Amino acid sequence: MATAVTEDVVDYDEALERYDPVMGLEVHVELNTATKMFCGCATEFGAEPNSQVCPVCLGLPGALPVVNAKAVESAIRIGLALSCQIAPWCRFARKNYFYPDMPKNFQTSQYDEPIAFEGHLDVEVPAAIGDGTEIFRVEIERAHMEEDTGKSLHVGGATGRIHGAEYSLVDYNRAGIPLIEIVTKPLTGAGKRAPEVAKAYVAALRDLLRALGVSDVKMEQGSLRCDANVSLRPRAAAGSEQETVPLGTRTETKNVNSLRSVERAVRYEISRQAAVLDRGDRVTQETRHWHEDTGVTTSGREKSDAEDYRYFPEPDLVPVAPTPETVERLRATLPEPPSQRRRRLQQDWGYSDLEMRDVMNAGAVELIEETVAAGATPAAARKWWTGELARRANAEGRAVEDFGVTPAHIAELDGLVRSGRLNDSMARQVLDGVVAGEGGPTEVADARGLELVQDDGALEAAVDKVIAANADVAQKVRDGKVQAAGALIGQVMKELRGQADAGRARELILAKLG
Amino acid sequence: MNSDITRSSAAELAHALDSREVSSVEVVQAHLDRIAAVDADVHAYLHVDAQGALEAAREVDQRRAAGEELHVLAGVPIAVKDVMVTKGMPTTCGSKILQGWMPPYDSTVVARLRATGMPMLGKTNMDEFAMGSSTEHSAYGPTHNPWDLSRIPGGSGGGSSAVVAAYEAPLAIGTDTGGSIRQPAAVTGTVGVKPTYGGVSRYGLVALASSLDQAGPVTRTVLDAALLHSVIGGHDPMDSTSIDAPVPAVVEAARRAEVRGLRVGIIKELGGQGYQAGVQARFEESVQLLQDAGAEVVEVSCPSFDYALAAYYLILPSEASSNLAKFDAMRYGLRVLPEGVRDPSAEEVMAATRDAGFGDEVKRRIILGTYALSSGYYDAYYGQAQKVRRLIADDFVTAFGQADVLLSPTSPTTAFKLGDKLDDPMSMYLQDVATIPANLAGVPGMSLPSGLADEDGLPTGIQILAPATQDQRLYGVGAALEKMLTERWGGPLLSRAPELTAKGA
Repeated sequence: MATAVTEDVVDYDEALERYDPVMGLEVHVELNTATKMFCGCATEFGAEPNSQVCPVCLGLPGALPVVNAKAVESAIRIGLALSCQIAPWCRFARKNYFYPDMPKNFQTSQYDEPIAFEGHLDVEVPAAIGDGTEIFRVEIERAHMEEDTGKSLHVGGATGRIHGAEYSLVDYNRAGIPLIEIVTKPLTGAGKRAPEVAKAYVAALRDLLRALGVSDVKMEQGSLRCDANVSLRPRAAAGSEQETVPLGTRTETKNVNSLRSVERAVRYEISRQAAVLDRGDRVTQETRHWHEDTGVTTSGREKSDAEDYRYFPEPDLVPVAPTPETVERLRATLPEPPSQRRRRLQQDWGYSDLEMRDVMNAGAVELIEETVAAGATPAAARKWWTGELARRANAEGRAVEDFGVTPAHIAELDGLVRSGRLNDSMARQVLDGVVAGEGGPTEVADARGLELVQDDGALEAAVDKVIAANADVAQKVRDGKVQAAGALIGQVMKELRGQADAGRARELILAKLG
Repeated sequence: MNSDITRSSAAELAHALDSREVSSVEVVQAHLDRIAAVDADVHAYLHVDAQGALEAAREVDQRRAAGEELHVLAGVPIAVKDVMVTKGMPTTCGSKILQGWMPPYDSTVVARLRATGMPMLGKTNMDEFAMGSSTEHSAYGPTHNPWDLSRIPGGSGGGSSAVVAAYEAPLAIGTDTGGSIRQPAAVTGTVGVKPTYGGVSRYGLVALASSLDQAGPVTRTVLDAALLHSVIGGHDPMDSTSIDAPVPAVVEAARRAEVRGLRVGIIKELGGQGYQAGVQARFEESVQLLQDAGAEVVEVSCPSFDYALAAYYLILPSEASSNLAKFDAMRYGLRVLPEGVRDPSAEEVMAATRDAGFGDEVKRRIILGTYALSSGYYDAYYGQAQKVRRLIADDFVTAFGQADVLLSPTSPTTAFKLGDKLDDPMSMYLQDVATIPANLAGVPGMSLPSGLADEDGLPTGIQILAPATQDQRLYGVGAALEKMLTERWGGPLLSRAPELTAKGA
């Protein structure tokens, strides 16, 4: 399996002329509880391999699971936030299959009695016609609790997968981490926008889970993982309903580890399956792997209906039976829905649609909210976070959070500008200092001696000097070419090493040449 | 105390230790000597931990000498069925697949024994993963019945009942999934109790069938069983199915030994046809004794019990097939590489190991359970069996509406000959026909000696059943019956067992 066979694909738009895509999205969320689903082991990411294990999560003979009550609460809150019904009584089930990263060779999961079911999440997608957006309702089938497996590392071989590997290492730190699996109903009617809907759904889910505070939702660390099921069915003949056409055979694409990949993987599968169907072949029901680098999916194991997990109720655990009081208590802890909150903040902050979208894309809503709360103007908060810091982060390939700049810093910086102590370029220098770890904005400004010249005497002297040295420019200003004053202001600023109030300098120049 | 330390009951030893007549080291050493003398013939121990037991004994002797307040059983040694994990002591479950495995932790039961200061003599033999009624299915060879070495000691916990019957330990821990404490007790003339499901923690008990397994005392007297029950019972936060309530007052009940005015129900479906004449005769005599002592005897009917064995042999293999999946050579225990395969895959190693490491009875039940849980068969087998289970629980509710305790023979026969039923698993399964309903419903049960069958001179057992969480009733009735029977026999039944000679040692 060293080299992936390149498969035929059909142009995406062409594919959509003949086929209607149907998706099903399964998202696995690792909860951020302090301990694992069924034991007291820590859940910290990136710890020394096999250092966060015990007889329970290693599946040693005799060990027994005990349900993490905190994880059940998180599951219920997720269910409620997705407008699901909460089961008054449900059980765990064993999903039996052999794999070395599964310590017990069964996964403790939920089968026909999920904790939450029958919900929906509204996501915003670009409108079918025009430049606006519209709401697409994603129906949720279920959200259930389960435990994560260990993590296999296949060493040797070309692909990093088990086939061809010389040996494999297993880290059981991840075994038993609480997972919530959220499964959509088949998503129909997205048509051409299916890839965008998929991406928007995962993004909306991520925002929701982040707002709930139940998960780190870091796709790159695997705390949010998406499996995309895609199938195609022929476009309905003119005059008949698309919904009457039976669903085609689906594939399940795994290893989709970023929002962009979700969109690309769905788009690729649509193009690939269209080529298969165009040839007159049948789509194989199988697991496929997404390759971020090459932008294709390749065949994994075939997943026929014959695969039998022999589910049965977990006899080592008692049923989970949240009382109505518990459910209502948890409902009261739900945050404002992200889409509603977004609309409210946009209004409060007076941002345009475009500005708000930039803020969203930069993931800076919370930062701006905290910065405004710390005293900055919404405009300044947006400028610093999505302008300056997001730009730097992009250029350096880092995350905005990694700069060590806090909302309080930005509010303080904005205060220094508004009080007239700093101008914009000085404020940028101060930010450099903060990023470099030299301290808070005031501290940096003091240490670097950055302060606008407030003394009109020094400013006047500089203005006089510059007018004298640039007589020709001064004459143009006197002749009414006011914009020529810019060059003089620049000279004055230079004279005072940037520490002057450019507005005041302009006033003085125009007064003298007026 | 009995002049021979090993002939003393645990209660007698406890008294002698408390009054400094004897030290724990002496008690442990006497049992180690007895083991050395007879266990080559009985083969009840898979592992003897002489050093560990003596160390624990020394420690408890020192604590006693220092005037520390100790538990009544402190210093009394015990043997533990090899299905309980023990830190620093091998735990094989009678299987080759766990050969050499040293658990890194103690089961809750073992931790409580240690905390009580009870030296652990060793681990007792059992049918592989507790599957069997004869201990012949141990990968390490069968245990022999101390009454007749050519016969089975019952199973799966034949090792635990045999060590107690052969005076190789005053007390032992057994586990009972369908009768594995009670049936061995019946065929060895000893006492065995399966507490209410959830009454004793299962944490560290290597699971056969999680919804049926329960650990309990294996002893020579009812009072000893009560003393041990109160040590190992009680809530354990590590076991979700453990009952969060105090241990029933079993010791008080055993000491009171009162049956006057008690309503005793005889289960119509458990007795008569299919039961050995001597077993039935001794049972009826015991019932008569209880009636004479003032108990009111009624007949009750539990019609669904007829389906108990069938339901049990679907539920047990289903759960076992999943519980035993973890034995895959990846992390511990036996690892066998497939022959003639270069660079075998993990799956091939798993298959080769499970093929070599599991015995026939284990494989039979894994296959049965895998089939019963398969999609398309689940409803017809596992689903139906669960419905029967509910009906059996309902039968118990009805019966306990008419009687405070229920009685039946424990096992339909006395001990059969080693090898007799190896080729006929169904007839072996029938050994548990009377004990299985209690496991399916989660109610507590006790077996105590009812005498010797006239036709073969071998021990017979009577079973007492009580409603869930009412374990003390077993001890009240059991102790009263034990007292009357012992008086009639002129001494404990075990004193009639043939002397074991030290020929094998």
